[in-house]
Amino acid sequence: MTALLEVRDLEISFSGLSAVRGASLTVAKGETHCLVGESGCGKSVTALAVMGLLARNGARKATALRFDGTDLLGLDERAMSRLRGNRMAMIFQEPMTSLNPAYTVGSQMAEVLRRHRGTTRTAALDRAVELLTLVRVTSPGLRIGQYPHQLSGGLRQRVMIAMALMCDPELLIADEPTTALDVTVQAQILRLLADLQKDLGLAVLLITHDLGVVARMAHRVSVMYAGEVVESATAANLFARPMHPYTRGLLACVPVPGKIKPDQPLGSIPGMVPQIGRDFLGCGFRERCGHARPDCAGTIPRRALGPDHDYLCQLEPDATAP
Amino acid sequence: MTAPLIEVRNLTRHFRVRAGMFSDARPVIAVDGVSFAVPAGDVLGVVGESGCGKSTLARIILGLLEPTSGDVLIDGKSLAGLDRRERARLIQPVFQDPYSSLNPRRRVRDVVGMPLMAQDGMSAAAARKRVDEMLARVGLDPVMAERLPAELSGGQRQRVAIARALVLHPRIVVCDEPTSALDVSVQAQILNLLSELRRSFGLTYLFISHNLAVVEHVASEVAVMYLGRIVEQSATQTLFHAPRHPYTKALLASVLTPEPGLGIPETGLGDAMPDPANIPPGCRFHPRCPVAIDRCSREAPTPMHDRRGLVECHLEGAAS
Amino acid sequence: MTGWRNWGLWLGALIVGTTLLVGMFAPLLAPHDAFAFNLSNRLVPPFWMEGSKPEHFLGTDQLGRDYLSRLIYGARISMLIGVTTVITSAIIGVTLGVIGGFFGGRIDDVVLFAITARLSIPLILVALAVVSLVGSSLTVVVMTLGLLLWERFAVVARVTTMQVRTLDYVAAAWSAGCSRSHILFREVLPNILSPLAVVATLEMALAILLEAALSFLGLGVPPPLPSWGLMIAEGKEYMFFSPWVIMVPGLSLFVLVFGINLLGDGLRDLLRTGRTA
Repeated sequence: MTALLEVRDLEISFSGLSAVRGASLTVAKGETHCLVGESGCGKSVTALAVMGLLARNGARKATALRFDGTDLLGLDERAMSRLRGNRMAMIFQEPMTSLNPAYTVGSQMAEVLRRHRGTTRTAALDRAVELLTLVRVTSPGLRIGQYPHQLSGGLRQRVMIAMALMCDPELLIADEPTTALDVTVQAQILRLLADLQKDLGLAVLLITHDLGVVARMAHRVSVMYAGEVVESATAANLFARPMHPYTRGLLACVPVPGKIKPDQPLGSIPGMVPQIGRDFLGCGFRERCGHARPDCAGTIPRRALGPDHDYLCQLEPDATAP
Repeated sequence: MTAPLIEVRNLTRHFRVRAGMFSDARPVIAVDGVSFAVPAGDVLGVVGESGCGKSTLARIILGLLEPTSGDVLIDGKSLAGLDRRERARLIQPVFQDPYSSLNPRRRVRDVVGMPLMAQDGMSAAAARKRVDEMLARVGLDPVMAERLPAELSGGQRQRVAIARALVLHPRIVVCDEPTSALDVSVQAQILNLLSELRRSFGLTYLFISHNLAVVEHVASEVAVMYLGRIVEQSATQTLFHAPRHPYTKALLASVLTPEPGLGIPETGLGDAMPDPANIPPGCRFHPRCPVAIDRCSREAPTPMHDRRGLVECHLEGAAS
Repeated sequence: MTGWRNWGLWLGALIVGTTLLVGMFAPLLAPHDAFAFNLSNRLVPPFWMEGSKPEHFLGTDQLGRDYLSRLIYGARISMLIGVTTVITSAIIGVTLGVIGGFFGGRIDDVVLFAITARLSIPLILVALAVVSLVGSSLTVVVMTLGLLLWERFAVVARVTTMQVRTLDYVAAAWSAGCSRSHILFREVLPNILSPLAVVATLEMALAILLEAALSFLGLGVPPPLPSWGLMIAEGKEYMFFSPWVIMVPGLSLFVLVFGINLLGDGLRDLLRTGRTA
């Protein structure tokens, strides 16, 4: 498989505080890569850094940040904005804040195509209708004339997806796209995303905190904790053989209908996420970890468990085996 | 069968939503003829999507909203006849968002002690002791008592909210999405804490959530709400193993368990979104129902009670 | 927060604080009697011009009164008017706004009507009419401005109360059996003070400018009280040959109002970040 997006040792900091410290991940063409973690772990800023959309006080550094062979670190803002929305597109959690309330759905969608391709307005609107049909919006001809506030949450997210697909991007980054939606709508949107990914051969970087979403959507998973990718594996391997103590703890926390008897406590992770300063060294999880030992404060090795599975921990594979 | 601790009888709440000073009010039916009973020590889970009326129901039971009609009985006594302080000693809330549920200007000690202050008749020293005890029970370090909410994490704030709810030793706690704003690992801590406190204080919970997996874990009985009505209610195991209402089936299908390879389920629900300001005639679920028949759009189904519980669907009525 | 905003807050606080102190201790600070004429000593230029006298640092006015002393007493009048107007209008506006926002319904309709009615009153015209009817005095100016400048307090208090009222900690207080007054004074009021502090700075600046305008038109503070607006009015006939007579009070007015606005901006940023932190 060829890598479409390659991130090596990405570091992001915001005025002195480290948000991401050496994250690496690879998104292959035509695969769904899930970046999973809890709030503050750095998963959203990683996506923003890839898109070149960090806030002004954010600084990024990496040994490599490549999109289809192009070095993104070397691109200026103009070249970057030619890529954004064109070959790589992004959708966010709250579609209401990403859509402009003052313009109709159609004119916002058409604008994307006009900006990147210089298409005429009529042709761009035709394309908008075509894409709304693709994302299974009923009566798309009517919808293009409507304003965002006239649509339900699920419809708005479909419009956002359609808008992201206007220029046939190769990479779609989706940051918690269904977190604000009801469960039945979430299932519909995720199903749509999965189908589009397959039909259009899209690469999707899906950011989520929901392990259920990860299990059902991902080909590959990277688990982030305190600014690091602590474990990376294919979805099948990760759920069958989680290696990092954090991944295991997280999986034990999720209530699964029929799995846990009533009155039996859920697994839980004690303590809370540490504040990571710039000079923080060692494993970010050691204070909450049952396996912690003195050398966890030093440099942590990345251990491999086969070609498709690695994790960041002092423990040998057999030592952490359940 | 023991007498229920909470009994809700035919509860209805309408809102009149005005678009402006001179425009006509439009009725929004948030809760429409809801009845249920919860025995002491049980946990009734209430599930449903946004706009189904579950939060309005919680607010009526807490006495924050007046019902348009119907009655809430606690231990056989009508809630409407209770004095505010008497009610506070019986029922307390835990809300969803730990960021808006604590007054940002007051220290943790004052937040937790507030219900005691409202009751009078308790010395400051006794109140202080009770607050310290309560903070310890919810797993908060004594130094936290002097902090402001802004200095606490989401999980710690929710522990403070739980301490505030339990400081009067109420009999019922209404939990309105208590873990929806929390991270997965913190959610597990809070759910374990709530279960542990329920056992040791002998509490009864009304547990409202949109997360079915969470409800399955904590509730002994589950009520499914759709556009203001309970469309199905039964013991948790029964509901999860043999759902009867098509809406319950769709909800359960939408639960994404962390099992790779299963893919994303097809819910069978259409695009139509439920709108409490515009409730469809007949069965209110029929525009989204994958198995609706002609009758569903004309005639509203009536609740059918049997030993498995309650269901409100024409198809179930016909099948039995 | 960026450094320059913080810098603005401190500069604003410094200007306002200094003016306040100067006004409070005017009798101690003024080098001369601010009201004593000396017709032989008229229009002495200030220290940076030729012909200045060391005992009159900022020169004298057309009646030979020491300009620095008059400026210092003028600070007293400006601050007095700014502070008392803000207090009067805050009491009226916050009470109305909080009542409307907290109780809603019919009561809120009445409050909203009062605000709308107040907004449709032409401020300067009514102030002029009142002063010319009742006669000008310091009290009349303060009362008139105080009774007219409450609407921004009312609007902000009403909206913030409506927002805070729906928050879960207020619901928790109701559920705990707290009394209405407890909820109003302990849960709601402390949480709407920050935006009101910002409104207070805006209203103070406006009140000071309006007083200056009224005094300039001869309908504000009556002479011989040394209001900065009155000083500009009295000096306007001499501005071509003795420009300092309007430059000095004009510049003071500008610096004070600028300082109050810096303070307001700084407060707003400070309180906003304080809330999200």
